[in-house]
Amino acid sequence: MKNFKHLLGISSLVVAGIILLSADHIDAPAVQGSTSDITDFYAFEGKDNHNMVFVANVQGLLSPSATADAAFDENVMIEFNIDNNGDNIEDLVIQVIQRNKKMYFVGPIVPNQTGLVSTLSPNFSKDGTSVKITPYGEEPIIGKSQNGISVFAGPRDDPFFFDFAQFGKILNPNDPATSFNNPGTDTFAGTNVLSVVIEVPKELLGNSDSINTWVETKLKQ
Amino acid sequence: MKTIKNILAVVLITGMLFNCSNDDDMPTGPTGPNFTGTFAQQDQMGRPAVNTVFVSSSSKDDFNITVPSNQNAAFQAMFQANLEALSPAYANPGDMNALGLDSAAFTGLLATDVLNVSLDGTTTFFDGTNVLTGRALADDVITVELLLIFGGEDFTENPGLSNDNVDANDKPFLSSFPYLAAPW
Repeated sequence: MKNFKHLLGISSLVVAGIILLSADHIDAPAVQGSTSDITDFYAFEGKDNHNMVFVANVQGLLSPSATADAAFDENVMIEFNIDNNGDNIEDLVIQVIQRNKKMYFVGPIVPNQTGLVSTLSPNFSKDGTSVKITPYGEEPIIGKSQNGISVFAGPRDDPFFFDFAQFGKILNPNDPATSFNNPGTDTFAGTNVLSVVIEVPKELLGNSDSINTWVETKLKQ
Repeated sequence: MKTIKNILAVVLITGMLFNCSNDDDMPTGPTGPNFTGTFAQQDQMGRPAVNTVFVSSSSKDDFNITVPSNQNAAFQAMFQANLEALSPAYANPGDMNALGLDSAAFTGLLATDVLNVSLDGTTTFFDGTNVLTGRALADDVITVELLLIFGGEDFTENPGLSNDNVDANDKPFLSSFPYLAAPW
């Protein structure tokens, strides 16, 4: 794996692609800087190992001074997708949307239809659980449902960490940098995101040993 | 047009159900908030940094609106070309990463952008033992990806490129729900 930088001359498309921000922050022109731009997605076992936690972050790189005014968009539905039979098609979804400074969560449920277009569950507000969106600077407000689901929505520290700035220099043919620094500098330090966190009993995810999962943002038409 | 018709049917049914509802215990009043309508995809994400690193600029929007089950057919060849441009050793026959995956196999895994998550074991992107069994907040996913892109068969190649030397978040995570740290 030699001559990394020499080959950059013929891979300008790749370089141009990478000099956008990372994990999924500002990943594509159509969503860049919009309220539907997903910055990150996590799925991990909860503190109670019977539970699975899903995290979606949107609207990255919020400075502390900009965070209080940042808000979830009422027209953007965040949808967690869960495939529990290995075909990469969602068998279950968790749908999340904001109304009147509260976040409404429904699921895991079988979606009305799979794919790029969704509708919300007909009894959306009754079937799920809701929580007041935690205002900036306040202790986290946690919503709980009778079937063991916990939900949160509000601003959080961006949990992503990466010396993205140095990576951009390495990839830039006009910059002399050829390697990362040690120690590196976390480009995302001191910035916030808007987070949605939901903790779900694993038994609500089906009977498989594993799932494939991804998150989507969908805009009201 | 068939799809659109189906959507309209669902919308109509949804609207009827709301009109017929006479519940007074809706969360925000007798009529309740409006949850009708159709929602069309804007962005999606499974594994970290996949669209950012492996998808060419002109295809990034398309990637975000291609369902995962179609992503491999649509994008694997592009992923492979971009991987081999970024890390030229992968273009050599037989060259593999530490997972034992060559260029075609590695990009075949990545092109379907879903996060694989264990329901009965450790959930981590990579912890030295478990690979791609979830993504925990503290996982150093970028270094894992840099190692798999640049680190060669045993993680020893290109040491200056395969670790960004930022190994942890700028704030400690919480031990219980909601797990993420308070904002700055």
